[in-house]
Amino acid sequence: MSTTFIVLAGPAIALLVPFTSLALTRARGLRNLVTNLLLAGSGLITTATGLVGMLSPPHTLILPLGLPWLPMHLRLDALAGFFLVVIGLMTASVGIYSVGYLRAQAKEINLTLLDISMALFIIGMQGVVLADDAYTFMIFWEVMSVSSYFLVVFEHEKEANRKAGFLYLLMAHLGALLILSSFSILYAAGQSFEFETMRVVELTPLWASLAFLSAGLGFGMKAGLIPLHVWLPEAHPVAPSNASALMSGVMIKVAVFGFLRVIWDLVGLHQAQEWWGGLVLAAGSSSAVGGVLMALQQHNLKRLLAYSSVENIGIITIGLGLAMIFAHFGYPALAALGLVAALYHTLNHALFKGLLFMGAGAILHATHHRNLDHLGGLIRRMPFTAILFLIGCISISGLPPFNGFVSEWLTFQAGLMAPKLAGSPLSALIPFSAAMLALAGALTATCFIKVFGVVFQGTPRTRAAAEAQEVDSWMLSGMAVPAVLCILLGVFPVWVIPFIDKISLLLLPSNLGLSAANGSWLWLTPMSPERASYAPLIVMGTTIFAGWVAYLFYRRGRPVRRAVIWSCGHPDLNPRMQYTAVSFSQPLRQIFTLVYQPQEVVARLNHGHASLIKRVRYSVHTQDLAWKYIYLPIKHSIEWMTRRMDWFQALRIHGHLSLIFLTLLILLGFLI
Amino acid sequence: MISSEFLRQLSSLAAALFLLTAFSLLAQRHMRAFLGWFAVQGILLAATSALVAFSTGIYELYVSAFLALILKGFLMPWLLWRIVIQLGVNREVEPLINIFPTMLIAATLVLFAYYVSLPIQKTTLVMTRNIIAIGLACVLIGMLIMITRRKAITQVVGYLAMENALFFTATAATHGMPLVVEIGIAFDVLIAALIFGLFFFQIRETFDSLDLRHLEDKS
Amino acid sequence: MTLWLLNILQASLLIGLAPLTVAALRKMKAILQNRRGPGLLQVYRDLAKLFCKEPILPQGASWIFRLTPYVVFAATALACAIVPVVLTKTPLSAAADVITLVGLFALARFFTALGAMDTGTAFGGMGASREMTFAALAEPAMLMGVFVLSMAAESTNLSTMIHTMHMSHLGLRPSLAFALTALLLVAIAETGRIPVDNPSTHLELTMIHEAMILEYSGRYLALIEWANQMKLLLFATLLINLFSPWGIAEEISGSALLIALGTWAVKLLLLLGMLALLETSMAKMRIFRLPEYLGLAFLVAILGMLTHYILEGPT
Repeated sequence: MSTTFIVLAGPAIALLVPFTSLALTRARGLRNLVTNLLLAGSGLITTATGLVGMLSPPHTLILPLGLPWLPMHLRLDALAGFFLVVIGLMTASVGIYSVGYLRAQAKEINLTLLDISMALFIIGMQGVVLADDAYTFMIFWEVMSVSSYFLVVFEHEKEANRKAGFLYLLMAHLGALLILSSFSILYAAGQSFEFETMRVVELTPLWASLAFLSAGLGFGMKAGLIPLHVWLPEAHPVAPSNASALMSGVMIKVAVFGFLRVIWDLVGLHQAQEWWGGLVLAAGSSSAVGGVLMALQQHNLKRLLAYSSVENIGIITIGLGLAMIFAHFGYPALAALGLVAALYHTLNHALFKGLLFMGAGAILHATHHRNLDHLGGLIRRMPFTAILFLIGCISISGLPPFNGFVSEWLTFQAGLMAPKLAGSPLSALIPFSAAMLALAGALTATCFIKVFGVVFQGTPRTRAAAEAQEVDSWMLSGMAVPAVLCILLGVFPVWVIPFIDKISLLLLPSNLGLSAANGSWLWLTPMSPERASYAPLIVMGTTIFAGWVAYLFYRRGRPVRRAVIWSCGHPDLNPRMQYTAVSFSQPLRQIFTLVYQPQEVVARLNHGHASLIKRVRYSVHTQDLAWKYIYLPIKHSIEWMTRRMDWFQALRIHGHLSLIFLTLLILLGFLI
Repeated sequence: MISSEFLRQLSSLAAALFLLTAFSLLAQRHMRAFLGWFAVQGILLAATSALVAFSTGIYELYVSAFLALILKGFLMPWLLWRIVIQLGVNREVEPLINIFPTMLIAATLVLFAYYVSLPIQKTTLVMTRNIIAIGLACVLIGMLIMITRRKAITQVVGYLAMENALFFTATAATHGMPLVVEIGIAFDVLIAALIFGLFFFQIRETFDSLDLRHLEDKS
Repeated sequence: MTLWLLNILQASLLIGLAPLTVAALRKMKAILQNRRGPGLLQVYRDLAKLFCKEPILPQGASWIFRLTPYVVFAATALACAIVPVVLTKTPLSAAADVITLVGLFALARFFTALGAMDTGTAFGGMGASREMTFAALAEPAMLMGVFVLSMAAESTNLSTMIHTMHMSHLGLRPSLAFALTALLLVAIAETGRIPVDNPSTHLELTMIHEAMILEYSGRYLALIEWANQMKLLLFATLLINLFSPWGIAEEISGSALLIALGTWAVKLLLLLGMLALLETSMAKMRIFRLPEYLGLAFLVAILGMLTHYILEGPT
C-alpha cells in the first residue's frame, strides 16, 4: 500500500461528501443516509490510518499543491497517528448518529451547507494533524476554524447564535495569529517553512520563550484554557449537537496536538526552560478547577458540557505540565508517564464527551428542551439513552472501572511519584496541583450526579419531558460506539498504553517500556509493581458480580411490592417538590461566593399582606469572572482608544489633504 | 549527651511545632485562645532553649530558657489578657481577610522563606539552613498577623511573635546569642510591652475604642 | 495460594466484624453518657431483621434504585479485601492502591447519590447535593495527606506503604503527625460521624448521609447499613495500620498472625474510644462551617507537606 493511499484515503472519502450532497439534493432521505455514512466510513478509514501511523515508522508525502516553491508536505508519525485515531473514532460515531439526528430535520434545514461544513471541518482537522510544514498547517487550521464557524451559526435566525459565532471567529483568529507568529519565529531561525528544518534549528533562550508563549497562548485559546476559554461555552452549545460533539470532542484535542507538535517536537523540550513546565501546570490546574466550578452552576445542558470540556482540557494540561517539568529536571521515565497520562485522557475525553454531547442531542431531539430544570424522569421514557448517558457520566466522573479513572489514576501517579526537584519552587507546586486535580475530579462527580439526576431521574417537570419518545436506532448506535469503547478502555488499559507509549519515544528520550504490562495482561503497573498497580478487571469483575446478584434477587420469587413513596410522610408529592439543577448547586454557590459573585433576586407575590404569600420567584445569576475582570476591561479600553481617534474621521477635505502632504514630506525626508 | 542524630530529629520536631504555633496564632478567632497559643509559643521557646543547652553544654542557655519561660510564657500573655479585660475590648480577633486565604498566604510565605534561604552555606550543623528557613517563615507570619488584624492588641502580639521567631532561630540554629544581648533584648521587649499598655489606655481614653480605624480618620 | 486464602479471610473478618465495631462504639458512647446502651449483638439482630423483612419500592423508582445497594456493598467489600489487616502482604492489594481505594468509595457514593435522586423527593436531592459537595471538598485534604505518606513510603501500594512504615525506623517525623491529623479529620467527614454528620439523627434537615437512604427498606437497607459499618471499620483499620503498624505480621506464621490480630483489636478499641469521646463531647457543626473544617484539614496536610520538604528528606 503506497504512502499516498494510506495518508490520503480518509480525507478523500470525506471530500466525496459535499459532492454527493449536491448530487442528491432532490432525494432528501437518501442524501441524509449516504452523506453521513460516507462520513462514518471516512472516520473508520482514518482510524485505520492512525493505527498504521502508530505502528510503523513515519511516512512522508509531498503533494504538488500549494505554492510553487512550497509544495504540501504531509507526515504520518506516531503522534499524528494517535490523533487521527481520536478524530476517526469520533467521526465514525457521529456519522452514524447523524443519520438519525438529521433525519427529522432533513426536510427543513439547509442540509447542503451542513454537509459541506462538516466535510471541510473533518478534512481541516485531518490536514492539521498530517501537516509537515507551516503553510499547510495554517491553511488547514483556517479551514477547520472557518468551517466550524459555519457550523456554529447554523441556526442563524437567533441573534444570540450570531453573537456567539462572532466571538468564536474573533478568538479563533486571534489564536491563529499567535500560532502564526510562533511559526514565523521558527521560520526566521531556519529560513524554511518545513517542519524538518524547524526541528533541528536552535533558538536563543529569548526567542524560544517567545515562541513558547505565542504558541502556548494560541493553542491554549483554541483548546479552551482559562482565561482564554470564553468562546467555548458560547459557541459549543449553539451548534447542532452532532457538530458540538465533534467540536468539543475532537477540535480542542487538535489544539493539544498543535501544542505537542510545535513545542515538544519542533522547538524541542531540550530547549525548554524551567518555568515553561510550571506555567503549563498552573494553567492546567486553574482550568481544571475553574471549569468544573462554572459547569456546576449551568442549567443549560450543552453549556454545562462545554465548561466541563474546559475542565478536562485542564486535566490534560496538568499531565503535560508534569511531563515538561520532569523532562527538564532529567527524569525521562516520569515524563513519559505524564505524557501517557495526558494522551490517554485525550482519547478518553474525546470518547465520553462525544457520547455526552450526542446524548444531549438525543434529549433535545426528544423533548425540545435545553434547560435541565424542564426535564426529568426520562429514564422511563428513554431507557437506552439513559444507560448510554450514564456510562458517559460515570466515565467523566473518573470512577473505576471505566476509562476516566485510568487516565486520572495515571496522572495522580505522575504527580505522586514526583521526586524532590533540586532547589525549585516547583516541587511544592506539584502536590498542590495534584490536590486541585482531586478537587476537580470530585466536583465533576457532583456535577454529573446533578445532570443525570435532574434530567433522567425523578418525575417529569414539564409535559414535553413526560411525553418524550426514545430516539431511533441510528442515534443509539452512534452513541453505543463510544460507550463500548469507554468500557473497553477502562478494563484493558494494558493493551492501549503500549500504543501511546510509542509517542513518548518520539517526543522524549525514553518511554515507559514494558513495565506497563509487567507480568501479565491483568495488572497495570506504570513504573514498578511495588510503586503502584491497578487491576481494572478485578474491579469490573466485582461490579458485574454485584449486578448478577441483584439480578438473581430480581428473578427470584414474587416481584418486589411497590407503594407510594414515603418521603417522611409528606402527602401529594408533585414534580415541583424535587430538587432542580439550581437548588442542587446551591451549597457550592454559598461556599464559593468569591468565585461566582452570584446575584440573587427574590420576588414575592402576596395576597395583600406580606405574610400571605401567593408565589415566590427566585432567580440567580452567576457570571464568568474572566468576562468581568479581563474581557470587559479590554473591550472598554479599546472602545475608549477608538473614541479618542474619532477626530480623525471628522476632518474635512483640507484636513485629509494636509495629512497626505505631511506623509509625503516625511517620506521625502527619509529617502533623502 | 544525646546522639547528634537524635538531636537533629528533636530540632526539626521543635521547628515543626513552632511553625504549627505560628499557624495556630493565625487561625484563632477568640482572644483568649489567641493569647493562649502565644503563651504556648513562649513555653516551646523555653523548652527548645533548654534542650539545646542540655545537648551542647552551654549553660547560659538555661538562663535564657528560664527568662523565656517567665517573660514570654507567663508574664506577657497575662499582661495582655489583663489589658483586654480592663479595657473591655471585644473578645474576638477581627481579621481583615478571611482565615482560609490568610492561611494560604502563610503557606506561600513559608515556601518563599525556604527558597530565599537556600543559598545559605551549609555549616557544621546540617539542620541549620532549614531551621533558619522555618524561623524566617515565622517572622514573616508574625508580620502577616500584624497586617491582617484590625485590633491594636493583636498587632502587638504579632510583633512579639516576630521577636519569638528571631529568638527561636538564634537558639536552634546558632546556639543562642551572647547572654548580655539576650538580657538586653528581653528587657527591651518588656519595656515595649509596658509602653504599649500605656498607649492603649491613652488611645482608649481619647477614642473610646482600640480599633485602629479611629486612628486613621482625623475627623 | 495460602496468601489468597488469608486475603479472603481478612476480608471476611472485616465484613463480619463491621457491625460489632459499630456496636462497640455505641456501647462506649452509652457508658460515657451514663446509660447501659444496647447489647453488643443488637446490631447483628437488626441486620438480620432487615434482611428478612419485605422490601418496599417507591412507585417511581427505576432500576438504578434497585442496583445501588448491591453496587455499594460490592465496592465496599472489595475495599475490605484490599486493605491489609493482620498481614502486610495481600495479593489483592496489587489490584488497587490508595487512589483506587478512594475511587471505590467515590463509586459507592456516586451510586448512593443516584439512588437518592431517583426517588424524586426533596430529601433525596438535598442529601445527594450536600453529600457530593462536602465529599468533593474533602478530596484535596485526603490526597495531600496520602501524598505525604506516599512520599515517606515511596509507593501508593497499601502493602508496600504499611511494610515500609513498619520496617524503617522513621523516628520523629512531624510531617507524618500532620498527615495523621489531616487524615483523621477527613476520616470523620467521610464516615459521617459527629461533628460532621449525626448518624442517628431523626431531623431530616440536619441529615447529610441519612437523607440519601430514606426510602430504602428490607434487604436494600440492610446492605447499605452494613456497607456503612464496613466503611467505618475500613477507615479505622487504614489509619491504624498506616500510622502505627507495630505488631502486624510480616510472614505467615500462626503466632505472628495471632499477635497481629490481638494488637489490631486493641488499637481499634483505643481508636473507637477516642471517637466515642469526641462524639460525646462535641455537637454537630452547622453545615456551612464544614468548608472551614475541611479547609483546616487541607491546611494541616499542606503543613505536613511543607515540613516534609523543608525539614526532612534529602536536602
